[in-house]
Amino acid sequence: MPETTYLQAISDGLREEMRHDDTVFCLGEDIGAFGGAFKVTDGFIEEFGGRRVWDTPLAESAIIGTAVGAAVEGLRPVCEMQFADFIACGFDQLVNVAAKMHYRQGLPVPLTVRLPSGGGFSGGPFHSQNPEAWFLQAPGLKVVAPSTPADAKGLLAAAIRDPNPVVYLEHKHLYRRAKGEVPEGRYEIPLGKARLAREGTDLTVIAYGAMVPLALEATEDMAGARVEVLDLRSLVPLDHDAVLASVRKTSKVVVLHEATRSCGVGAEVAALIAEEAFEDLDGPVVRVSAPDVPIPFSPPLERAVLPQVDDVREACRELLAY
Amino acid sequence: MSTTTAPSAASGSSEPFRHSPPVASSEALRLTPADRRALLHYMLLMRATEERALSLYRQGKVPGSFYDGRGQEAVSVGSAFALGPRDRACILHRDLGAHLIRGVDPGRVLAQMMGRAGSITGGREGNMHFGDRRLGCVGMVSMLPDMMLVACGLALAFQMRGEQRVAMTWCGEGSTANGQWHEAMNVAGVRRLPVVFILENNQFAYSTPNDLEFAVDPVERAGAYGFAGVKVDGNDVEAVFAASAEACERARSGGGPTLIECETMRMHGHGAHDDMRYVPRELFEHWAARDPIDRYEAGLREQGVDTDAMRAAVKSELDEAADWALAQDMPDPATASEGVFADREPVLGDGRAPWSRWEEAADA
Repeated sequence: MPETTYLQAISDGLREEMRHDDTVFCLGEDIGAFGGAFKVTDGFIEEFGGRRVWDTPLAESAIIGTAVGAAVEGLRPVCEMQFADFIACGFDQLVNVAAKMHYRQGLPVPLTVRLPSGGGFSGGPFHSQNPEAWFLQAPGLKVVAPSTPADAKGLLAAAIRDPNPVVYLEHKHLYRRAKGEVPEGRYEIPLGKARLAREGTDLTVIAYGAMVPLALEATEDMAGARVEVLDLRSLVPLDHDAVLASVRKTSKVVVLHEATRSCGVGAEVAALIAEEAFEDLDGPVVRVSAPDVPIPFSPPLERAVLPQVDDVREACRELLAY
Repeated sequence: MSTTTAPSAASGSSEPFRHSPPVASSEALRLTPADRRALLHYMLLMRATEERALSLYRQGKVPGSFYDGRGQEAVSVGSAFALGPRDRACILHRDLGAHLIRGVDPGRVLAQMMGRAGSITGGREGNMHFGDRRLGCVGMVSMLPDMMLVACGLALAFQMRGEQRVAMTWCGEGSTANGQWHEAMNVAGVRRLPVVFILENNQFAYSTPNDLEFAVDPVERAGAYGFAGVKVDGNDVEAVFAASAEACERARSGGGPTLIECETMRMHGHGAHDDMRYVPRELFEHWAARDPIDRYEAGLREQGVDTDAMRAAVKSELDEAADWALAQDMPDPATASEGVFADREPVLGDGRAPWSRWEEAADA
């Protein structure tokens, strides 16, 4: 299998879905002739034309709102938010119109919203956020966050084919850094299924997105301890079985995410474990995350806020010694 | 009577309708005597359904509050009457007439108000926040005017597939202050979408009067977005119909969107809890004398239509509808968590299109 970047895998996945299904189209800011701020849709307008690769006005409500209308009328729109942060401007259409549509009136909304997310490059408070927890509070939305090129392609295909609105978080840090073997052709990674990134017996780090490679790096050499790394892949639906199976095996859990701490995915996973696997624990569930602050611009400040390899290693060491 | 504003300063063009080519002749947009009776029928049906719902509310059978469109019947009936079967609608809470035209049964509306299992949303939504997808309606949300953008998306789908279909949606003048209104107007103009925006200026956004809502009449803005804005007497059902039919034709022929401002008055409070003390008495009386149903009924009577018989038929329809609605069960609490996610593809059905023009089209 050829080795591909995470960015290329997303681009390939989107292109293949568009080639296969002419109801799939994409819309967003600067995605046409410019190919998108990160070049995910580079070359798309030449292949698919301006109707299916719509360079929209700078208006996120318009992007998501028109996509909702097109979706209920039988198309499969894929919206690009130029940065995940800008979803705030289209939030109402996503959480009030799209998310609640099927529950309220039995009308599915097959809609994908791509969110280039995450920090680590001095993007500052408005180009670095990880807003996934906002969507965990909006029943009706599915939320995925791939960590590898192969998952990025397969989860995007699954998101596009799903009859529900799916929030697809693609971490900018992984775009050109994450490389891996990606199957050729169309395939699907099912929504709601976690992946064991590394098997272990002594402790589990539960992570997703860019924190998965960080967890693998941080726990590669833990003085003989064998650390399991569980890649959630989907945040909604959350793979309860995979989480609980790993807890029952290792009895110690660190939940790691780049997003802020309070009411985040880590809190949800910790609560799940407390409710369902309390008896299996040999120590407290530990969260490693950004603190509850905006993402600052200057590199030393940003590094202080975002989880680093040493933070993960230290948390694991302490929990292993508990 | 209607006035039209065209794109002017923005385009710098002397052509009055840069994006608005002429449409089918008025002959093609005519109303037969049966059509005129239908217009009155749907206005009577809307008022009777809402009066019945209000009495159910006062009997404590409608949970929450109650919202209606009294005084605005000509707007929803006149506009929706122009729609063809395969057109789609995002209908507002003051526009029950549009639902009735598209084929929603009054009994299911009353059941909807009462949160019954047999209603349009099975109790998931209350009052007027519904849409019957089987009849091509995407139901509104409370955030206004969100559905304008959804209607743009429906229209986008028609345009991408090369279909001669129209998306129609309604908004209040209150929502013209919201950013999404402007995003929708801009997107519709940029893409020349086959969408018709019916703007109901009912004088008040809840309690806030026009002069605190905008500095410029919203119809004037249409030209700035590159398409036609038309202002009509919203209490004249045929004037609303004529402007809507022309706008739909323009949309179908690739001429892009139209904004139609219908000047009217909300004759009830924002909701049943609202005593309207902020409405000046003279204003209320001015509009009360221009009731859209009374005006239209008087005209049809002069033409020999037995409107008493029409009223009696509507009353007996509502009696049956109320009996049916009251006989519906409340939803099973065990189902409250079902249906958050879909496991099948969306299907919007076609709506009823009672305008004689569509019968002829179907016959041909």
